Amino acid sequence: MTDDEPLREPRSDAGAADLHAPTFGAGRDRHDDQGVVADSEFRSYYGRPVLKPPVWEWKVPAYLFTGGVSAGAALLSAGADLTGRPALCRAGRLGGFGALLASSYLLIADLGRPERFHHMLRVAKPSSPMSVGTWILVAYGPGSGLAAMTELLPGSLRAMLPGRLPARVGRLAGLSSAAVAPALASYTAVLLSQTAVPAWHEARRELPFLFTGSAAASGAGLGMLLAPVHEAGPARRLAALGAGAELVAARLIERRPALETTAYTRGRAHRLRRASEYLTLAGALAAATVARRSRPAAAAAGLALLAGSALQRFGTFDAGVASTKDPAYVVVPQRARLNARDGQHRHGDQAE
Amino acid sequence: MTDEHSLYGPLEDPAADAGHQEHPPRVGFFTDTSVCIGCKACEVACKEWNDVPEDGLDLLGMSFDNTGMLGASSWRHVAFIEQERPLGRQDPGLSDLPTGPSAAEHTAEVVADGLRDAPRGGGELGTEPVDLGFPSFELPGAGTGSETRTDFRWLMSSDVCKHCTHAGCLDVCPTGALFRTEFGTVVVQPDICNGCGYCVSGCPYGVIDRRPDDGRAWKCTLCHDRLRGGLEPACAKACPTDSIQFGPLDELRERADRRLEQLHEAGVGEARLYGRDPEDGVGGDGAFFLLLDEPEVYGLPPDPVVPTRDLPSMWKHAAVAASALLAATAAVFIREGRR
Ligand code: SF4
Ligand code: SF4
Repeated sequence: MTDDEPLREPRSDAGAADLHAPTFGAGRDRHDDQGVVADSEFRSYYGRPVLKPPVWEWKVPAYLFTGGVSAGAALLSAGADLTGRPALCRAGRLGGFGALLASSYLLIADLGRPERFHHMLRVAKPSSPMSVGTWILVAYGPGSGLAAMTELLPGSLRAMLPGRLPARVGRLAGLSSAAVAPALASYTAVLLSQTAVPAWHEARRELPFLFTGSAAASGAGLGMLLAPVHEAGPARRLAALGAGAELVAARLIERRPALETTAYTRGRAHRLRRASEYLTLAGALAAATVARRSRPAAAAAGLALLAGSALQRFGTFDAGVASTKDPAYVVVPQRARLNARDGQHRHGDQAE
Repeated sequence: MTDEHSLYGPLEDPAADAGHQEHPPRVGFFTDTSVCIGCKACEVACKEWNDVPEDGLDLLGMSFDNTGMLGASSWRHVAFIEQERPLGRQDPGLSDLPTGPSAAEHTAEVVADGLRDAPRGGGELGTEPVDLGFPSFELPGAGTGSETRTDFRWLMSSDVCKHCTHAGCLDVCPTGALFRTEFGTVVVQPDICNGCGYCVSGCPYGVIDRRPDDGRAWKCTLCHDRLRGGLEPACAKACPTDSIQFGPLDELRERADRRLEQLHEAGVGEARLYGRDPEDGVGGDGAFFLLLDEPEVYGLPPDPVVPTRDLPSMWKHAAVAASALLAATAAVFIREGRR
């Protein structure tokens, strides 16, 4: 009896015959690809989810991807600008800005009240990664846009301006966006893990590396796709590095000894992430080998890296959603934590 | 209180922490489920006072619960759980009747199976009705003898937003629509919310949700308008058994401790408080409960933690990853430059 410590949720029903009785649906075993834990091992309210599944739909994982592409491309174009690779620079600036435009659309369209998107700008709130991200985008956008503008300047206009002005403006703008790009690439990881969603929160240590790796691989993939082979050397190396980080981080998440992260290894999330791994691996291998010689091979590798990054984002997103729909991901780890804290294993009758 | 407790840990005065200088004491609910009779007056009073729209009239097959769970348009939700065991030392009065086991187990299975195919896994309100094979023409319990007679108890509990000391929903809201009131409660401002949906995933209790046709997030306001007018919230006012008790949180905590002691003395050893402890993962709930079984049986998370607890560490990891990205980009160009 635990009457002397009344606040720690004492249990006096250990050993009750109905301990697992009518409060869960026992049907799960019949579709055992759907539940992580047999229902007889935890209790729930009619098998209902404890958490609300995210209301976000495909637009949010799509943004995770386009934001990453934009950040990777901005970094690459700044480096290309400084080391005299005009075609790679142009590809990065235009591709990066295009991805930024797509990101803005996706972010705004996903709101329940899109016409109120500017309400994000009325506060700056460090505890909300979405607020932080808004201000990161505000800092990032102008540089990215201006740099792309200088690339698009028509020749006649360029002739009217003093000789070096467009290049100087472009360089400054490009550098300013590149300075913010690492934040843009990594904050989205905190955006997902700063939630009660079990699979996202549990992967909070690896997600930043997964996402920056994915951003580097996809930004570099864009460079390989759009820039000629002789200028794309840095893109190929960045692709290999980014892909490596992405692959390792993805595996580390799966190997975390927690029930929450098994959501990554089941169902649709699993299929998406496996496909992503193959594409990313193939893209990285090609970047290190054939893409140095052949433009078509470089383009194919670039596309594979982009697709791999996109699928990784969708897979990660999917795992999180799945982990909110099954109460096991919430109840089982929390119950285990409570029992461990109490130092008593009164739930030892779990394996019936 | 120290600053670090702004994110996690015990926090004496959340209203002051949020910047309210002169403010009334923190108020909340103590929901004593041991006296709840499942009348749902709270659900109705809440809908009426707050003008909360209807959200589906379905029969869910979950005992008398046809609300399902809390959501954008259900700010109070009465859970019904049927169990084949006595309540404390109560005599359910079934021993002389030809009663069989309740249908609870069977219906729970049917419901759980049906939920798997629901669009949001049952995370939406008013999930599709399920077919329980009713009506049937057999007498309940007919065909079974006295050997199948069972004990029986009915657990009922009126769930509500917990108005957490450290509220996940409030921490993540990027527009400032969610705010801490002078009473220490957590409220959404409908004229500010732009429906980003972050709060829905930030809440460790699955309380707040977005209304699909409206696009904004909604939840219990603890009747902020009534509080300002010196009235108690509508649900507490309507509750005929005082299962829902409203008052200053300190007072409620004392009252709850006394009630728990009383129940333990009366032999209801399974009684426990939930959300009472300021040391728990959310710094204690503004609305806490006395339960008669484990929280997960009522659909409550057994040990919720506000995601913000890990925010500093998450930003550190992100900063390392961001620096690595910058360094990697520099490295790929520098190597090329040397060649
Ligand atoms: S986190 Fe959930 S339970 Fe806590 S105040 Fe917000 S909506 Fe209510
Ligand atoms: S949906 Fe509304 S209340 Fe919720 S986090 Fe977004 S702006 Fe804030």
